[in-house]
Amino acid sequence: MSTTAMVEETQQKPGMKREKPKPPKRVKRMALFTKETTLPAIKQAFAMLRPDIQWKNPVMFVVEVGAFLTLLYILKALFGAPESLVSISYFIALDVWLWLTVVFANFATALAEARGKAQAESLRRSRRETRALRLGPDETIEDISSTLLRPGDRVVVSAGFTIPGDGEIISGIASIDESAITGESAPVIREAGSDRSGVTGGTFVLSDRIVVRITSGPGDSFLDRMIGLVEGAIRQRSPNEIALTLALSAMTLIFLIVVIPLWPMAWNAEQYMMGYLGIQEPLKSLGTDIPTLIALLVCLIPTTIGALLAAIGIAGMERALRANIIAKSGKAVEMAGDIDVVLLDKTGTITMGHRHATSFLPLGKYKANDVGQLAALASAADETPEGKSIVKLYESLGNVPVTTPQQSQFVPFSAQTRMSGIDFPNGRRIRKGAPDAVARFIQESGGRVPDNLRPLVDGAASKGATPLVVAEDGQVAGMIVLEDILKPGMKERFARLRKMGLRTVMITGDNPLTASTIAAEAGVDDFIAEATPENKLEYIRKEQAEGKLVAMMGDGTNDAPALAQADVALAMNAGTQAAKEAANMVDLDSDPTKLIETVEIGKQLLITRGALTTFSIANDVAKYFAIIPALFAGTLPWLKLMDIMNLHSPTSAILSAIIFNALIIPALIPVALKGVAYKPLGADALLRRNLLIWGAGGVILPFVGIKLIDVVLVGLHLLS
Amino acid sequence: MLLHQLRSGFLLLLLFTFLTGVLYPLAVTGIAQLVFPAKANGSLITMSGKVVGSDLIGQQFSAPGYFWSRLSSTAPGAYNAGASTGSNLGPLNPALLDAAQKRVQALREADPGNQRPVPADLVTSSGSGLDPHISVAAALYQLPRVARVRGMRTDDVRALLEESTEGRFAGILGEPRVNVLRLNLALDAHKEGGR
Amino acid sequence: MFLSTWFLPVALLATTTFIAFPLSKYLAWIMEGKFKAPRFLGWFEEKLDSGPQDWKEYTAALLIFCTALFAFGFLVLVLQPWMPMNPDGKWMLAPSTIFHSAISFMTNTNLQHYSGDQHLSNFSQIFFILTNMFLSAAVGFCALTAIIRAFRGEKLVGNFFVDMWRVVVYMFVPASFIIGVIFLQQGAPMTFDTFARVSTLESPSTQQTIVVGPVAAVEPIKMLGTNGGGFYGMNSAHPFENPTGISNFVNTMAMMLFPFMLVLMYGRMLGRLRHAVVIFSVMLLMMAGTIVWSVYFDTLKPNPGLTGDSVARTYEIPSASAPGGKRTVTVPAVGGLPVDQHLGNLEGKEMRFGTSAGATYAAVTVDVTCGAVNSEHDSLNPIAAISPMVGMWLNCIFGGKGVGMINMLLYVIIGIFVAGMMVGRTPEYLGRKIGAREVKLALIALLVHPIMILGPTGLFAATDWGLKAVSNPGPHGFSQMVYQFSSASANNGSAFDGLGVTYGLANNPAPAPEAVPWDIAAGLVMLFSRFLPIVAPIAMAAYLGAKKRAPQGLGTLRDDTATFALLLLGTILIIGALLFLPVAALGPLAEHLGPIPFGG
Repeated sequence: MSTTAMVEETQQKPGMKREKPKPPKRVKRMALFTKETTLPAIKQAFAMLRPDIQWKNPVMFVVEVGAFLTLLYILKALFGAPESLVSISYFIALDVWLWLTVVFANFATALAEARGKAQAESLRRSRRETRALRLGPDETIEDISSTLLRPGDRVVVSAGFTIPGDGEIISGIASIDESAITGESAPVIREAGSDRSGVTGGTFVLSDRIVVRITSGPGDSFLDRMIGLVEGAIRQRSPNEIALTLALSAMTLIFLIVVIPLWPMAWNAEQYMMGYLGIQEPLKSLGTDIPTLIALLVCLIPTTIGALLAAIGIAGMERALRANIIAKSGKAVEMAGDIDVVLLDKTGTITMGHRHATSFLPLGKYKANDVGQLAALASAADETPEGKSIVKLYESLGNVPVTTPQQSQFVPFSAQTRMSGIDFPNGRRIRKGAPDAVARFIQESGGRVPDNLRPLVDGAASKGATPLVVAEDGQVAGMIVLEDILKPGMKERFARLRKMGLRTVMITGDNPLTASTIAAEAGVDDFIAEATPENKLEYIRKEQAEGKLVAMMGDGTNDAPALAQADVALAMNAGTQAAKEAANMVDLDSDPTKLIETVEIGKQLLITRGALTTFSIANDVAKYFAIIPALFAGTLPWLKLMDIMNLHSPTSAILSAIIFNALIIPALIPVALKGVAYKPLGADALLRRNLLIWGAGGVILPFVGIKLIDVVLVGLHLLS
Repeated sequence: MLLHQLRSGFLLLLLFTFLTGVLYPLAVTGIAQLVFPAKANGSLITMSGKVVGSDLIGQQFSAPGYFWSRLSSTAPGAYNAGASTGSNLGPLNPALLDAAQKRVQALREADPGNQRPVPADLVTSSGSGLDPHISVAAALYQLPRVARVRGMRTDDVRALLEESTEGRFAGILGEPRVNVLRLNLALDAHKEGGR
Repeated sequence: MFLSTWFLPVALLATTTFIAFPLSKYLAWIMEGKFKAPRFLGWFEEKLDSGPQDWKEYTAALLIFCTALFAFGFLVLVLQPWMPMNPDGKWMLAPSTIFHSAISFMTNTNLQHYSGDQHLSNFSQIFFILTNMFLSAAVGFCALTAIIRAFRGEKLVGNFFVDMWRVVVYMFVPASFIIGVIFLQQGAPMTFDTFARVSTLESPSTQQTIVVGPVAAVEPIKMLGTNGGGFYGMNSAHPFENPTGISNFVNTMAMMLFPFMLVLMYGRMLGRLRHAVVIFSVMLLMMAGTIVWSVYFDTLKPNPGLTGDSVARTYEIPSASAPGGKRTVTVPAVGGLPVDQHLGNLEGKEMRFGTSAGATYAAVTVDVTCGAVNSEHDSLNPIAAISPMVGMWLNCIFGGKGVGMINMLLYVIIGIFVAGMMVGRTPEYLGRKIGAREVKLALIALLVHPIMILGPTGLFAATDWGLKAVSNPGPHGFSQMVYQFSSASANNGSAFDGLGVTYGLANNPAPAPEAVPWDIAAGLVMLFSRFLPIVAPIAMAAYLGAKKRAPQGLGTLRDDTATFALLLLGTILIIGALLFLPVAALGPLAEHLGPIPFGG
């Protein structure tokens, strides 16, 4: 425990501005339509009209077939004998909008893909070819191109050089600028033998010299593979998306079943109305007009969601990417929305990960200030953060900084003595350290440990604090209380998670007593104390056996089994290769609280999908009210009473409906790409809210929209 | 396995045929014939040893001296209790409107002075074509005619009408109605008794 | 007037709900096998038990049994002329009618292309009608039970034959017996005699043949089993089948009882009573809606045909001959008849039930897919007739025993799958994730219904089969066709009888030659619409039940809240509207908004 704390501490350089709480959303913004993405997307939208490509989207394929049939019908009408009651321009307008519907849909998918690729490309840009200094077996250095590196090669990277490939530091420590990948300009520390020994190609060494063992071949670096996966995943469909595609296809089939029998039914109405009106010449309605029925079919089948479904999934991946999370599959992103339990490391995630002195407790004749002074003296040359925090606390209590005599001897901390301190030239010895170590020191010095030390030590430990005893020669002066401070804003974050229906579990190496105190303070729901790889794994399995989905964030090699077992495993990029391999997502920022964003992105993805599907289906109601009276205006004119929008004419009604149906697709592209706003509410409140917006809104909006289009069409004299 | 299932299926069918086809109807019949013998045989009305109808089945009346029942669409003739059926005409069907028109005409011809609106049940067919009842309003509408043709005092007829009126069950369920056959039988009996 | 109109429906809904709650506990108790039968009954139960079955075996047993039932019914009808209890020598039905009838009763539809009082002997009434009514009703019940067990995660879903025995012997027979006695007391005949001849009062030379028979035995299970096939042609409108206002009340309640209880039984057996109550409330709300609709437009509104239309209307319709050309259609004003219609539309109604009884019954009988009628649906006011059609189209407003709840489950699955995603989780039902396979099966089951209604209607609308068949040409004739296939597909059994009667479908033993396509089409529709929506959901439940179950959390969609009820209601109404609004417009709406008279 203490070694980890030390290592982590060493990373915290002054420039890391760790105190500043980050805003909850760390997703980079990207303009919706940029020239780089839009133009290729438009081209792609037309290219996707090829039937064998279009076929992959069954709903839009049906629209394409309909548009094609309408085209044939127009050609026949142009060259054959027209026998319709409507003008040819109506059919042409209809067909243009049918084709546009397909193109809009393809554009949505193409745009999402282009944005995903652009995002991937910007990551790849950091993967330029660099120089590599390879260490030969005989420790000679040869200068080669990074593309020639093979796994297992060792390279030397010193300050001012770019790390040529992914690997692990096998010796040395360095501060590294990872901004090429993470966008974070503050340097981080990577050190051999620690959990943070992983380095990524393309990052830049700022100081020191390290030897890195390369773990991946050229073009096969972890990032390369990740980007490849992302690009591949863009094409892949998650199980959930497949199920929805299936449902949409079935709905398309259902509406085919609704529309096809309409032809004979409309014909039936024509027959009896001829009889009723006593007329000889044939009576025709739009109900027996094939292009109009095609238009009706297209209006009814779920084109809106059919058009945007692929885009929503890609946008989800891309949103994750923008949050600097590389998901190995779309499924992983989606799964994140289903998470019930989140496992978080205490150190570095919930707490700052290093201990600060918070108070001085005196014993016997000493005063608190005396203890402080002694402690400050003992820590004067102590460069560890703990030591520094002691000096800082002492000074912050209004004392003058301590000075040490010239010949003073600093006694550094060692694993054997577990103490540090200072020996004055006059023989005065001051020590601070673990209670038992200091007790031994006192006994060796012939002193006596007072009885009231024990309760004081225990009291501090039970609160999750670390007690350091301060002794002066053979006498115990008092105690320094070191506490690991909670990160600011964590409590709110856990409350947010709880609102989303997630349980948070803290993993800590502390004893159960300490762990429970910190857990209560941080507001987590549960904890695993004295965590070992085994009991982490066991905990995950237990939760999974209850049917829960577990997410975990980890970085160390010993996290790997638990990561592999967890349903959503987010590895920190700074973590070991084993952890990254076992995880299904990697966070390039190595930010332990990223899990929360991941869950939100997953939920947002599903919500967007559900919302647009609901919207798409709810839309149909209004279209019926526009189209049915229009279909039978030629035979049953009194059905006009059904037309509550009071549209101008049958043809304008049908055109307005089909135009609305087409235009709603580009209108919703922003929603599909950005996702429906997610509010951390309980499921019930969330459902109510979304049902109201997307369900009820979906029913009402098209009434307004279709009427508006009708007014515009008539106003522009586009229709008689 | 399959054979086992087949055996059970066959056994089940056999058992059930016996249970629901023999035991159950016999049990119900037993109760019926013991406890409700009159009703169980069709609620027949016997007048001087002759069966003149059933309490529950309406009859056709067209003589002005009788209260008329509702229209009946049974074939071949009205109130054929062997072939119950409604008119099966849509409410806007010309045939239905025709039939109503004819009934209105017939009622007015039989009682020329009466220009009150005709209660709807008199111009419509019942669902079964065997409805034994008419509404109280429909009976009252016909009352002056019957009294005039029979040469009875309206009050006497009204008294008989009230006797044959069935009220709502518990004052809520059903519509107050008059059993036409019962009323006409009572009228005939009154005539005989009066002489 | 207000009271006499609305008391009946309110009392019916309230009483049945009130009874259903405690009695559903008894149902669950029996189906769980906790009821220890008396020894002589238990012995049969043991003999029937062919061992626990998985869902495939259970379904196979169900299908085998139904096949046997069909064969048996077919045989009884074919042999009618040579069987006892046939004093007036009723002959065999036409072969296609036998096919149609055997399917109709085996599938719990009871659509009749014959008239019971004219064409069936008492032997057929008992061994074909009565037996089928008990058994076909129990099949749907068992299917639901199997689904419940599968949802509970049980691999073995019980034994079909034992379930059948429990349903029929421990529930249907005793309940029928009790209701039968009430009917007897109210005046229903119960005899093995066939008819009595009487001379009528006005013209003694005219003989009236009063057909009697084992009515009081058939009637209870006809209602309790939501079968609906009448002993007489005019079903529960016939004074012997339904002699009084009280019998009508009991009659209506009897058909609502099991469908009401089964929803609650579903909740009890799953340990999710609150969820079931939410579903129950949605169903109740929809049932109330259909009742209010039909009562408002049929009882509180006069027959528009008799009232007339005082305003002439003109319409411009596009002319077919030249694009852009217009033709003017004038609908003249029509005078009304001097008729007092304050009791509403009385065509096809019986006086003894009360004014709103016909419209109430019309809505209820289709909601629970019983199909018995106490008034002539064909003569309902056009717009009121939308109510029974909606009942059949949605097919889940309580619905038939078991299958109604099963249909509702399909809407639940689809609703959760689509809208449930909006809580931000993979959709789950009963804690299990709904995957592609479950959605596929649910949609297959849901697809059958519109295909089987709209397809044949379209076919018959455009051919002589339909064009010549309808007694009310025009939109009403169209409604008759839609109604026929809706009734067949919903396994309902009620009809716009004008279709069959005037066309001669029911003129057995020698119906009109065109009866054959109707018999066969309706027969096949009933068959597919019965068994696909039973088999596919059982499979769906088995797959879903086999999945790992996740606990309910704050983030999971709650299925026992008002919000869920809203979601479910919205799903049903939108899907229903999208599927059937066009036919509703072409049929009842076109008739309602059209000229008077219309058709003929």
